[in-house]
Amino acid sequence: MSVTRRPRLAALIGALVALGFLAPYVVMVLDSLRTSSDVKSTPPSFLPREWQWDTYATVLGDGRFPNWLITSVLVATGATVLVILIAIPAAFMTARHAFPGRRAFLLVVLITQMFAPTSLVVGLYRQFFQLNLINTYAALILTNAAFNLAFAIWILHGFFASIPVEVEEAANLDGVGRVGMLRRIMLPLTLPGLVTATIFTFIAAWNEYVVALTLMIDDEKKPLTVGFRTYVTGYEQHWDQLFAASVLAVVPVVILFALIEKHLVGGLTAGSVK
Amino acid sequence: MALGSSDRSVGTASPASGVPLTRQRGRHTGVGRAHPLVALLWLSPAIALIAGIVVFPSVMLFQASRSRYSITGLRRGEAGWDNYANVLTHPDLPVVLRNTAIWVVAVVALTVVISLALAQLLVKDFPGRRVVRWAVIVPWAASLVITSQIFVLLYDYNYGLINHVLTTIGLRSESIDFLGDDRLTMASMVVVGVFVSLPFTTFVFIAGLNAIPDEVVEAAQVDGASGWQRWRMIILPLLRPALMIASVLNVIYVFNSFPVIYTLNDRNPGFSHDTMITFMYKLAFKSQEKDVGMSAATGVINVLLILVVVVVYLKVINWREETR
Repeated sequence: MSVTRRPRLAALIGALVALGFLAPYVVMVLDSLRTSSDVKSTPPSFLPREWQWDTYATVLGDGRFPNWLITSVLVATGATVLVILIAIPAAFMTARHAFPGRRAFLLVVLITQMFAPTSLVVGLYRQFFQLNLINTYAALILTNAAFNLAFAIWILHGFFASIPVEVEEAANLDGVGRVGMLRRIMLPLTLPGLVTATIFTFIAAWNEYVVALTLMIDDEKKPLTVGFRTYVTGYEQHWDQLFAASVLAVVPVVILFALIEKHLVGGLTAGSVK
Repeated sequence: MALGSSDRSVGTASPASGVPLTRQRGRHTGVGRAHPLVALLWLSPAIALIAGIVVFPSVMLFQASRSRYSITGLRRGEAGWDNYANVLTHPDLPVVLRNTAIWVVAVVALTVVISLALAQLLVKDFPGRRVVRWAVIVPWAASLVITSQIFVLLYDYNYGLINHVLTTIGLRSESIDFLGDDRLTMASMVVVGVFVSLPFTTFVFIAGLNAIPDEVVEAAQVDGASGWQRWRMIILPLLRPALMIASVLNVIYVFNSFPVIYTLNDRNPGFSHDTMITFMYKLAFKSQEKDVGMSAATGVINVLLILVVVVVYLKVINWREETR
């Protein structure tokens, strides 16, 4: 199955597929290099009529973009760290131990997977309003962490469960405690699962939109997904800057994803949602 | 709850080198029993986060759905079930429900079928495969808002490249109003919905296909099964767990999907192309009503709706499995 009889045909189809997936983003890059009026001109042209290279400098220099970038990085990193720190003990406990309430806990986790922050946005707003956390990074970090926890627990649960009992028994004979077992024996074996869970959470938090749109009021505290829309409003239309900001927001994540592409498949294979 | 209790996983490959390929299929692979209090200690951070940021807001949402609000969002007292009655008798609700059904079914079905074909291609060994895999990842890594914004421009009646290409090569004499023509708006949004759902789904299937041992497929080949037969009789049944996970997660994601519809449908007034999710948001923040109570009631209905759909879907899958 792994070797095809017609590698050239497969390569040709592959090239077309790649082109199809990349085409919108090529347009995005080209639009970031046009003048704003060229983005909206009739008839449209594939290549910029005038190459405008300084848009990126404008975007990076006007103070708004760096603020949004800081928010996005803070929120995505904070949520990811929180999710991993909380999911590891929960997944390890449920995957390797029998105790009353284990199934009930896993069921609750499964049900949270079906709750999206979108549906709860009115409830979340009221809660954070009462806690005086509207317009804070903490609110976004907590929300992103909570709604990505289920997936991380399930991925890691799958990995912990797939480690053979013999490994654990041998470790027990050596007399390591539960924490030592987790840290020294189990975690190294679940590294691909950790990578997958980390990336999934990071991407989800990096791209989150509705909660940030509702909870972040100050312009300078918005994350990229919400902030970049202010380039094009009823009052000002900076299409070039909008797309330059988009490119700057997308490229790091694409590189991150490409780097761990191999782990992505491995991580989904062994773990995934059982 | 098949997802929770079944012991199947997407694949059976080892999570790390050094661990045998065949995994333990026992109920509890762990040796240890844990004291309930110790277990609680290890689970407490997760329980606290779920209780604080999922359960508690759900209660707040429910309370809001039973309250009366002024147009500026101030609570004006109890409303009983009035908000629910107002939502259920809302003149646009039938349209919104129909849109939601079309949106979820069309996007999930197309995504699964196309992803199956893509995964089949991407597990083959051909020059440039890595680059193609990277390309397939891009819509996943790019945020939905950004992708939707690009498509708004691509679809545009006057400035859009899609119309430019269609008219230039002579397929159409006039531009098509992809996002303004009532007959085309949903289809145009479904295309984007599928486009952004393909990467995740394809990678789940690649993982599932990788987990099928080569020997099984080779044995069928030796037995003289044709390519289609091998796929239909051997690969597809072995891919069932991956198919189930991908479709369930997609139903949840697609139902809750907000940015695509919100962005592409931005300039159309009213609710004629909205799904339950954007309908809910607009009720609170964008419509003339600006009614937080009605929006909250819609939120509660949405949560129940997705729970029912997923449970029914899992029941149907299990039922079909049992009646085989």
